[in-house]
Amino acid sequence: MLIRIELDGTVRQVPSGISLAAVLAGLPGRRSASGEPRAALCGMGVCFECRVTVDGQPHQRACQLPVREGMVVQRDV
Amino acid sequence: MSDLHTEIAIVGAGPAGLAAALAVCEHGRAACLIDDNPKPGGQIWRAGLTAGSRSATNREAWLTNPAIPAELTARLARVEGLRVLPAARVVATQNAGSLLLEDASQARYLHYQKLIVASGARELLLPFPGWTLPGVTGAGGLQALVKQGLDVSGKRIVLAGSGPLLLASAATLRAAGAQVLLIAEQAASRQLAGFVWSLRHWPAKLAQAARLRWALRGVPYRAGSHVLAALGKERLQSVRLQQGQHVRELACDWLGVGFGLVPNTELLQALGCALQDGSAKVDALLQCSQPNVFAVGEACGIGGVDKALLEGRMAGLAAAGQVEAAQALIPARAHQLRFAAQLAHHFSLDPAIRQLADAQTLVCRCEDVRHGDLLAYNNWREAKLQTRCGMGACQGRICGAACATLYGWPVTGSRPPIQPTRLGSLLQLETTEAPSS
Ligand SMILES: Cc1cc2nc3c(=O)[nH]c(=O)nc-3n(C[C@H](O)[C@H](O)[C@H](O)COP(=O)(O)OP(=O)(O)OC[C@H]3O[C@@H](n4cnc5c(N)ncnc54)[C@H](O)[C@@H]3O)c2cc1C
Ligand code: FES
Repeated sequence: MLIRIELDGTVRQVPSGISLAAVLAGLPGRRSASGEPRAALCGMGVCFECRVTVDGQPHQRACQLPVREGMVVQRDV
Repeated sequence: MSDLHTEIAIVGAGPAGLAAALAVCEHGRAACLIDDNPKPGGQIWRAGLTAGSRSATNREAWLTNPAIPAELTARLARVEGLRVLPAARVVATQNAGSLLLEDASQARYLHYQKLIVASGARELLLPFPGWTLPGVTGAGGLQALVKQGLDVSGKRIVLAGSGPLLLASAATLRAAGAQVLLIAEQAASRQLAGFVWSLRHWPAKLAQAARLRWALRGVPYRAGSHVLAALGKERLQSVRLQQGQHVRELACDWLGVGFGLVPNTELLQALGCALQDGSAKVDALLQCSQPNVFAVGEACGIGGVDKALLEGRMAGLAAAGQVEAAQALIPARAHQLRFAAQLAHHFSLDPAIRQLADAQTLVCRCEDVRHGDLLAYNNWREAKLQTRCGMGACQGRICGAACATLYGWPVTGSRPPIQPTRLGSLLQLETTEAPSS
């Protein structure tokens, strides 16, 4: 089943039941303290590298978040 | 929100925690099982993240995870006295006998008489040039992402690092349609041969290794080989590897690197339990140095799923007062501990692995602290105060183990919270006096 989420202002169809990190597929979600692009590292909620803004809430770990219909995702890059 | 009470609290619903819960409840005692994932199974039986399962407080719905052996879930579904708290994490402990839990909607105390900590392990991730590039992940980390639905079909993948997890991860990736170009194992072929030879004492593990090797036929598995650098601009494009005397470059889409496992001991440390060689120090019945606290599975020493299941059962029996039944399993545990020792011995890190980072390589990825900035310090505390190493979002969970490996600094003094937590939960921790149970 496909659902729709909004990623950086663009609507995308993605499979339901997968994580947001799986959708991002290595696309950076943020820049580090010194400006490097960063994406998921540990895949299990430990490293915080996969942080993105979801529905206006900053610092959400994409690897811990199942995608939801209507989810609004903003990358900070 | 009102407090919860239980006889035996179990933290972690991986193999160790599940086995403990079963032993406790099959002997007529009440248990409360807590895990921060929506589904049980831990690392080895990790379930996909399914949207609806977050609300599965119903035990049977929660237990549906086809990755867990059916016999175990069937028995767990039948017991009485088992309460499950999915997608809840233990964020702090205050007095002996109470834990502060947090889930998506609330924070509350759980008061217990006995506690079994089955918190498992995470990957040992070590710095090398380029390891912060998007596209570079842990080896088990990449496996976890695929289990969460990451599409890797047709992608070119290199796995590097050390230990059996590289093979398990490669098998998952390959089954998902990826092209695994290479598995680079840092251990020398002589070490690997020693490990395989030792497996004759653990026939089930030998069979498992053979199955994995068969699933991975055609995938090059190189001993004495390690990553030198990940290359690319803004995203991984290729990897440079040392293979024996040769240096080689391989273009790839993903690079998964993990150098073994690190026990999750934050909760145990917060409880004041002594550690030994980075894992919980336990007696023959898995009791920690603090009364009424047990540690089982990877949390008390890396040894894999069979050790985790057995120890969970032993601690569950002991906590439920079935001391003789627990003692009867001591010889079986000794056999598992010998396997754990074989793992540690044959996959010990080549000194070259500690030299991969150059002065510019970031060690702390949260605060962007470079290897060159850390060389001036003698210990973790000094480095933290002067450079902010380990003070960022992950609170040293990644760089703490890296610094311990690179610089030999013992990682000490884990302060609350045990897991990154919401401010509201912490306020609760500071302002309310936890009643003792
Ligand atoms: C990324 C990764 C992948 C792995 N993949 C495999 C594999 O494919 N095959 C294999 O044989 N082995 C694998 N392993 C090895 C694995 O450690 C063992 O096989 C086995 O899962 C250990 O069982 P356990 O019960 O000790 O710990 P785990 O299975 O790790 O279970 C511990 C559980 O406790 C939870 N937890 C920890 N702290 C808290 C807290 N404060 N609050 C709430 N919950 C908490 C964790 O989220 C986890 O679910 C993997 C390990 C890792 C790190
Ligand atoms: S990838 Fe490490 S926390 Fe999400």
